[in-house]
Amino acid sequence: MSGWAPGIAGGALIGLGAALLLWSVGRIAGISGIASGALEGARGDRAWRVAFLAGMMIAGAAALQFLPAPPRAQTGPTALLVAAGLLVGFGTRLGSGCTSGHGVCGLARLSKRSLAAVATFMASAMAATFVMNHVVLSP
Amino acid sequence: MTRAILASLASGAVFGAGLAVSSMTDRHVVLGFLDVAGDWNPRLAFVMAAAVAVTAVAYRLVLRRPAPALGGEFHIPKAGAIDARLLAGAAIFGVGWGLAGFCPGPALVGIAAGLHDAWIFIPAMIAGSWVAGRLAR
Repeated sequence: MSGWAPGIAGGALIGLGAALLLWSVGRIAGISGIASGALEGARGDRAWRVAFLAGMMIAGAAALQFLPAPPRAQTGPTALLVAAGLLVGFGTRLGSGCTSGHGVCGLARLSKRSLAAVATFMASAMAATFVMNHVVLSP
Repeated sequence: MTRAILASLASGAVFGAGLAVSSMTDRHVVLGFLDVAGDWNPRLAFVMAAAVAVTAVAYRLVLRRPAPALGGEFHIPKAGAIDARLLAGAAIFGVGWGLAGFCPGPALVGIAAGLHDAWIFIPAMIAGSWVAGRLAR
């Protein structure tokens, strides 16, 4: 049930996508930075960002249609999702990266900054999940 | 220019397919990993390990080139100090990630897949990023 095979296959594809982006246009595949630049960056620097995000969203959504386990009808509490979105947007902008930029690409480059960021967000994420699941929603 | 856009589109497509195949688009799989005191799901560790391994080898090969294949130059973040801004940002991001199980890439795929939760999460994420961008000025 650990699902190591799809995990490794999907992870390898994520790595290949990141590699292809660096090889072709010389960019790091950090989604939070690509997205904020696509919305607020310099005009001449937006096209590749929009193209990358469009490819990711279309192919990701298409792949979900063909996978054996379709995404469950996920409906979480609106206030929780809004709070989480605000924190993720604010934190990734302030900390210059998320799970892809710091997590995948930064660790692959052996960046000490990214290693510090990953250790920090893994710890705070596990703490937040623990509080949600075992304190707030404790049976 | 056109070739750069097509290459970015293709890179994003491979990346996005990876997010879907690995079920990182399912926030409950992500929360299953983050909840170390619950019914732990190691999936995310396999995804990260494979993604980092492939990227590490490929980046090393690619960076032997003098420049990207389609021209321009490599945009690699400069090695900087581990400062309060980096750590505070990462800590805040982590809390949001741990609350909902969404990080930016999977949530954006969720928008295209019509996931209800992603449609609530992403506008808030864009607003949060905008606020941080304003404060940084």
